[in-house]
Amino acid sequence: MAEVTPFQTVGPFFGIALPFEPGDTLTGPHVMGSRIIIEGQVRDGEGQPLPDAFIETWQANAVGRYRHPEHQGKLLPDPDFTGFGRLPTDDKGWFTLVSIRPGRVRSPSGGFQAPHILVSVLARGLLTRLVTRIYFPDEATNASDPVLQLVSPERRPTLIAQPIAADRYRFDIVLQGPGETVFFDV
Amino acid sequence: MTPLVGYRRPAPGVHPPRDYGAYRATQWRHPKEPLVIIPQTLSEITGPIYGHDKVRSTDADLTSQHPGAPLGERIVVEGRVLDEDGRPVRDSLIELWQANAAGRYAHKNDTHGAPLDPNFTGAGRTMTDSEGFYRFVTIKPGAYPWPNHHNAWRPAHIHFSLFGPSFLTRLITQMYFPGDPLLPLDPIFNSVPGERAQRRLIAAFDLGLTQPGRALGFRFDFVLRGRDGTPMEP
Repeated sequence: MAEVTPFQTVGPFFGIALPFEPGDTLTGPHVMGSRIIIEGQVRDGEGQPLPDAFIETWQANAVGRYRHPEHQGKLLPDPDFTGFGRLPTDDKGWFTLVSIRPGRVRSPSGGFQAPHILVSVLARGLLTRLVTRIYFPDEATNASDPVLQLVSPERRPTLIAQPIAADRYRFDIVLQGPGETVFFDV
Repeated sequence: MTPLVGYRRPAPGVHPPRDYGAYRATQWRHPKEPLVIIPQTLSEITGPIYGHDKVRSTDADLTSQHPGAPLGERIVVEGRVLDEDGRPVRDSLIELWQANAAGRYAHKNDTHGAPLDPNFTGAGRTMTDSEGFYRFVTIKPGAYPWPNHHNAWRPAHIHFSLFGPSFLTRLITQMYFPGDPLLPLDPIFNSVPGERAQRRLIAAFDLGLTQPGRALGFRFDFVLRGRDGTPMEP
């Protein structure tokens, strides 16, 4: 069996090659579903923003269908939505994702997961990527989500975007220290 | 519905630790809480797939992106992308970025005093073919100083970004050159635990890939996470 290639940091200069399309706006003109904006700041253990990070997001479309050959079934694919975003942080560590609210997708144990968006965090000083999930505050299904249930109740709020206006949310990513975001081993 | 097949989790000691004191920037950027182990669901087993339409054929030749030829040693970097079972990872995007021959990135935040090269941007991308092969033409990047510690120099390296078929196969890494005297001194290279894993980041000089009178050839294969044998219920 071949052994996997080790990770290395993305370093400070990825901006000459990545980000690449589709950037921070995932919504084509005819996208299905309700548009949302998620903005947030990436901060380190000293509370300093990261101006040299980027995040990647991956999500299902409005009806819970991933655009991927291994997601078969009757749910409608959306030709106007890939579900993939790539967002560099700005000088103050902020990112803004323009997307749609994902539908719910199946859980491996039967039933459904609560709507969520997968996030990878990459930056200088991160020797591997960090993986987290964005959930939504006004979702009754959060209570039975199989991934949220694995997180201690006191840390769960770090995974739930906060409403700041209609269809607008805030999701900060804290790499270390008080309010540290929950990161996953998948 | 077809059962989902997950991906093997990396063995301990394959990837660098999150907290690695010799690489100073990790100090305030590594999570202190343990990662929460979660099952692989449809969300993780799927992942972004780029289309061929996003990649132009000229994107793989970094020496032909400007009116003139860049300075430096022209090189070919060729290899395959495989999974842990040796199966080719087909039709998958590879991106790369690098410093120029003088060790300077065409990036606004690079303050190294070495000259920029108007004929070199240092960014490229390509898709693997149906057998997992890829090929780039570029120039050998220079070493450069960085502020990690006194007299710190990064060995020559090329950054690579790969997607593979799943959110779980995402890989960002750096390729190094054989015989570089800076390798034993580099905290980023040395963050990879153990010599065996470190060796997998060093390209092999390959006379067979070398083009007479034109370019030195280096071979570098990537191995992405493989499928776990056990299907899970959907």
